Amino acid sequence: MFRYIVRRLLQMILTFFGATFVVFALMFANQDDPIQALVGEKQASDSLRAALTERYHLDEGFLTQYWYYMKGLLTGDLGKSLTGRDISEMLADAWPVTIRLALLAVLIAAAIAVTTGVYAGIRRGGLFDNGTLLMTLLLLAMPIVVLAPLAQLVFAMELRWFPATTTKDATPYELLLPAIVLATTVIATQLRVTRTSVVENLRADYVRTARAKGLAPRRVTWVHVLRNSLIPVITLIGVDLGVLMSGAIVTEEVFNIPGVGFNLARGIRTEDGPLVVGFVSVLVIIFLVVNLAVDLLYAALDPRIRYE
Amino acid sequence: MPGIRPWKMAAGAAAISLLVAGCGGGDSDDASANSNTIVIGISEPEHLLPTNATDDSGSQVLSSLFYPLVEFNAQQEPVEVAAASITPDKANRVWTIKLKPGFTFHNGEPVTAQNYIDAWNYGAYGPNAQTGGYFFERIDGYADLNPLDPDKDGPQKPPAPKADTLSGLEKVNDLTFTVKLSAPFSSFKSVLGYSVFHPLPKAAFSKPGVIAEGFEDQIIGNGPFKLKGKWEHDNEVVVEKVSDFKGQVPKIDGITWKIYQDDQTQYADLVSGNVDVQMSIPIEALSKASADLGTRFQMSENSGFDFIGFPTYEKDFAKPEVRKAISMAINREEISDQIFLGSRVPAKSFVSPVVRGYRENICGEACEYNPKKAKDLYDKNGGPSEIKITYNVDGGHKAWVDATCNQIKASLGVNCTGSPEPKFSVLQQKARAHEPIGLIRLGWIMDYPLMENYLGPLYSTNGSSNHYGWSNSTFDQLIKQGSQAHTPQAAIKKWQQAEDILVQEMPVIPLRFMQNVYGYSEKVQNVQMDLFKKVDLYEIETIA
Repeated sequence: MFRYIVRRLLQMILTFFGATFVVFALMFANQDDPIQALVGEKQASDSLRAALTERYHLDEGFLTQYWYYMKGLLTGDLGKSLTGRDISEMLADAWPVTIRLALLAVLIAAAIAVTTGVYAGIRRGGLFDNGTLLMTLLLLAMPIVVLAPLAQLVFAMELRWFPATTTKDATPYELLLPAIVLATTVIATQLRVTRTSVVENLRADYVRTARAKGLAPRRVTWVHVLRNSLIPVITLIGVDLGVLMSGAIVTEEVFNIPGVGFNLARGIRTEDGPLVVGFVSVLVIIFLVVNLAVDLLYAALDPRIRYE
Repeated sequence: MPGIRPWKMAAGAAAISLLVAGCGGGDSDDASANSNTIVIGISEPEHLLPTNATDDSGSQVLSSLFYPLVEFNAQQEPVEVAAASITPDKANRVWTIKLKPGFTFHNGEPVTAQNYIDAWNYGAYGPNAQTGGYFFERIDGYADLNPLDPDKDGPQKPPAPKADTLSGLEKVNDLTFTVKLSAPFSSFKSVLGYSVFHPLPKAAFSKPGVIAEGFEDQIIGNGPFKLKGKWEHDNEVVVEKVSDFKGQVPKIDGITWKIYQDDQTQYADLVSGNVDVQMSIPIEALSKASADLGTRFQMSENSGFDFIGFPTYEKDFAKPEVRKAISMAINREEISDQIFLGSRVPAKSFVSPVVRGYRENICGEACEYNPKKAKDLYDKNGGPSEIKITYNVDGGHKAWVDATCNQIKASLGVNCTGSPEPKFSVLQQKARAHEPIGLIRLGWIMDYPLMENYLGPLYSTNGSSNHYGWSNSTFDQLIKQGSQAHTPQAAIKKWQQAEDILVQEMPVIPLRFMQNVYGYSEKVQNVQMDLFKKVDLYEIETIA
């Protein structure tokens, strides 16, 4: 087990550098004229252009810029954004609220998807099953760019159940509407996978055995069947974290949450390479760690799985 | 009992989400509901250091924290505010600025002439890379602080500046200093209204010419409001009234500048009463704004100007008649009404109505929609059979460019297409390189209310925003003569003569003047916005 974790951690380092390199290269390719992006449509004066070009090494080649960035990164300096703020400070400001939002969304999605999925699986072909099928199809068909403003209009502006926007220091209640919106992006697939998995396991030999032993039906479903059915669902939740983070770009803009998604969008708009790479780096790390955790969870769920 | 865990997990998750759903709401600060403070929506300012804050949000926040040297009256004439007097010498070259006594910064330091000199020197010094640095270029010594790159964007680095202070700034006594310009300019007083000319306290500098670390987040000004706490990036800037302010005292006790990423989101908050003033209501919300806000939905003129530039260096567009014909083929009123829902007004002059010397409808027949005459003129002068209008897609221009093209198509019977470029910087580079991108969509917002601030940058040969490459030496000469004229009135005469040349030559098609499109909540009244797109913070008040 220990050796397995160490091996995975070493792989992570490679993945991390690979990912940041790719993102840095993409941002470099996207870079037309960040100084112009900074001053809007007015002409940047020559001396402003000269001073900023030198300060941010904008006239250097790709590898030199990457080298400057990596050198800073390895000494713990993430650099400054084009508006002169420390990127490490921006990270510290933005991550907490996005993590809270994503966790809340994961919780909501998993709670709804697993319970509904299990019931749909047990009553396969029934009214409830077909009802959830219809609902998931609807959710899958609605992109978040439609869903988020719609939810804001209906639940915040018309019904006034929730505040229309939140801030960095949002309470869980204020985050609830954005989290539900965010959860809908992943809930449908999670629900379908749970249902299929439950249906499959209900016909497994060990379930028949458990029933034959005379166990209570409830115990058979919620312990024996569910536990085995959760393995693919948990994999999906790990992967969904990426979906949630990208979905956060839209959700955070609509609900005015100054988190990761907002900063990524801003970095791309202002052609601010270091800013985007800084946020993506942390995103990559979280993604890797969560997937390691997911793999380790397999062993907990299925004793047959052993890691060497 | 490992088998119990998944069930427990599900139950726990459900319990947590229920708990989360049930709690909350109660701990938000309801104190602001009946206090004399207001919330105004902005976007994240790029900077708050005056010489670096040239964006709308930054300069709007600064208007609460600083007290300017001059303000503008209803006739767009500069009036002294923090200054006691601003007087030129006979040649309009050396300007003496006397400050009103008794003013202090928020940290208690008295405001002196030296504070202005220090701040301006910092702003003008090239390596400090202040976006508002170019405002100081009229002052003697600016060139020494901003040496030119010998090979422009090439591998050579620009040489180090010869000086680090402007030779044209001189302190006379604690409350008086003189500004020597590199060339006479009778309207210099109007330039001083912009936020880059604010003073900075001694506390701003850790050593001469170096801004102290973290000063920008805790900026100290000389205005009617002071910062409460810190600038909370991407969240809010809270300011509160200075208790014994010597200048004009505002009627409100404080402002929360709430930062929004998106105008539509801000509009949602305006309608639900979480924000008191929205300074620019997005075009998507315009159709329902009257219904949502009633009389609290307002428009007022500002300095924005939309136009289309001709590549006059191309043979196809070399004849003024062809250019006039295309202008006459466009129905400005229809586009203003249909696409901008009346939020922009048709432009038939080459400078904005907010500057002194503006003459209504100076463009005359050439800006009137007259498809028949346009076609005759176009055909007689052999206009091209293919017209292209290039625009940047990131600015929301597609709708009106396509509509304009359709009008040209219908009027002239030629093919017209809108050609998108991803960003304005790309459009500008291609235009400057004389690539065949056809007509280009351009816009302008003034820095100071003078005709010259439109004529100079937009149409003169070396104008910073003359991307379309028109050049006329008589025009350039008249602009210069106007700047050096003895009185502002004489200057306007010269500038109007210059505008007359534009009318004959038609190097651009004036399209629309922009407006402030704003709305406010039921909590506030007397909300006015000026030509600089700023809310008048001295007049606005809360309804008790």
